[in-house]
Amino acid sequence: MPPMISVSALSKEFVLHTQGGARIPVFHQLDLEVTAGECVCLHGPSGAGKSTLLRSLYANYKPSSGHVRVVHGKDIVELGSAEPWQVIEVRRRTVGYVSQFLRVIPRVPALEVVAEPARLAGVPDAEAEKRARTLLGRLNIPERLWDLAPATFSGGEQQRVNVARGFALDYPILLLDEPTASLDAANRQVVVALIKEAKARGAAIVGIFHDAEVREAVADRLFEVAAYRRDAA
Amino acid sequence: MSALMLSETVGTPVRQPLMRATGVSKSYGETIGCLDVSFTLNPGEVIGIVGESGSGKSTLLNVLSAQLSPDTGTVEYDLRHKGMSDIFRLSEPDRRRLMRTDWGIVHQNPRDGLRMDVSAGGNVGERLMAIGARHYGEIRAEGLDWLAKVELDASRVDDKPKTFSGGMQQRLQIARNLVTRPRLIFMDEPTGGLDVSVQARLLDLLRGLVRELGIAAIVVTHDLAVVRLLADRLMVMRHGRVVEEGLTDQVLDDPHHPYTQLLVSSVLQV
Ligand SMILES: Nc1ncnc2c1ncn2[C@@H]1O[C@H](COP(=O)(O)OP(=O)(O)O)[C@@H](O)[C@H]1O
Ligand SMILES: Nc1ncnc2c1ncn2[C@@H]1O[C@H](COP(=O)(O)OP(=O)(O)O)[C@@H](O)[C@H]1O
Ligand SMILES: [Mg+2]
Ligand SMILES: [Mg+2]
Repeated sequence: MPPMISVSALSKEFVLHTQGGARIPVFHQLDLEVTAGECVCLHGPSGAGKSTLLRSLYANYKPSSGHVRVVHGKDIVELGSAEPWQVIEVRRRTVGYVSQFLRVIPRVPALEVVAEPARLAGVPDAEAEKRARTLLGRLNIPERLWDLAPATFSGGEQQRVNVARGFALDYPILLLDEPTASLDAANRQVVVALIKEAKARGAAIVGIFHDAEVREAVADRLFEVAAYRRDAA
Repeated sequence: MSALMLSETVGTPVRQPLMRATGVSKSYGETIGCLDVSFTLNPGEVIGIVGESGSGKSTLLNVLSAQLSPDTGTVEYDLRHKGMSDIFRLSEPDRRRLMRTDWGIVHQNPRDGLRMDVSAGGNVGERLMAIGARHYGEIRAEGLDWLAKVELDASRVDDKPKTFSGGMQQRLQIARNLVTRPRLIFMDEPTGGLDVSVQARLLDLLRGLVRELGIAAIVVTHDLAVVRLLADRLMVMRHGRVVEEGLTDQVLDDPHHPYTQLLVSSVLQV
């Protein structure tokens, strides 16, 4: 079985043209493989490049050089050279991403925000909605909020809606950027349980977890992003 | 062994594009409209075209939608029964039929896309009649159905659009264009000139309809929030040229071209 995610010689540098062409090297020649059922925790101080790597795995950031390959159905897709429609297909069926903050869509109620990814992947409406209800319930979002757009929700509520959305479909690959950051202990445990269930069904997971307790509960290994700085030994 | 059997492609390697533009240029005398634009649009794909005022967005859209002839370059479209054909080499009647049956054009100003002295129901119904519908009851029912889809009250079906607000007119224009189930819809600043709250409603509606119907769309706007919500892909125009293109979130979150970086950094958050 090939690794679900295979990163080879990946380098990322930002060039800020609006600021005199300043260069921000983030990581250099980074290699990483993640297999099915494994959870890798990206580690390192703030600014090390953890979110940048995670976004690169989602093709949200473009590599400066190197490759990101993911197993997508029967194929392997190299995200850097794939056509936009291919990346969209990969995101629709294979790679789920829980961003650090929920991007609120005006007027779309929480239940629909959560059900949408499953629906777009072809899950029948009723089933997608049932799954969304279960997840919102497990994450302790009060039922009276389900039909409201999350724009007015608290930070923690928005984050839980975001997590629910990421688990609405059984993605073979899951990318989690601080999914427990603004949650209380009880809700952190729910997220831990969701991650363990995903691992048990064979998902390959890459996450950023600041909470040591969460990290110990879910991570199989830590990956030091800062080890790939250009000037690192 | 199994690793060797995996190929580095996905799905069907060849996709039949819906539209292909190659080297499209259009000037107005000395003034450049758009310059050497090439891209391919797949069925069901939504492309956003952004850039500041005067960058050539409307010129490009007008060429792609056959409202304006290019000076050089070709625009091919996947005609039913005929395959990829240069739209500027079609006979005038064939081109008109294409525009009426396969395409929809939503103008920035509803006045350019609606018949202001015809009732709301008539505005939607006449598009059905133009493609051959004859049964009055069915046309009216379909018209009412579409008014509901764009959240216009059925009680307004016999009112003329000139009695409607700007947002209502724009929603009616969308109904008029989608009722014939086009495969491709062109939109020029669909939310321009509307209040912010009205814009959000229209956007949400468009987002739902485009996804539900699976139609391809080319959307021109100067508003990055609009493309963030609607578009799969983005083309950034400056001085008539496409300076950067790619997946919408990639272009907005990791812009490479100096002009795109300036454009993205000059809005607070999209
Ligand atoms: N879109 C971007 N444009 C420019 N610089 C960025 C962008 N995203 C991240 N960076 C920079 O990359 C570096 C790593 O950031 P990040 O990946 O967010 O670190 P972490 O998640 O480890 O805290 C930082 O210096 C940050 O400013
Ligand atoms: N009918 C016209 N006659 C002369 N110049 C035009 C005409 N339409 C557009 N232009 C010019 O072409 C350039 C591109 O305009 P346009 O395509 O309308 O840009 P945008 O839609 O991005 O604002 C501008 O310099 C504009 O002044
Ligand atoms: Mg981060
Ligand atoms: Mg214009």
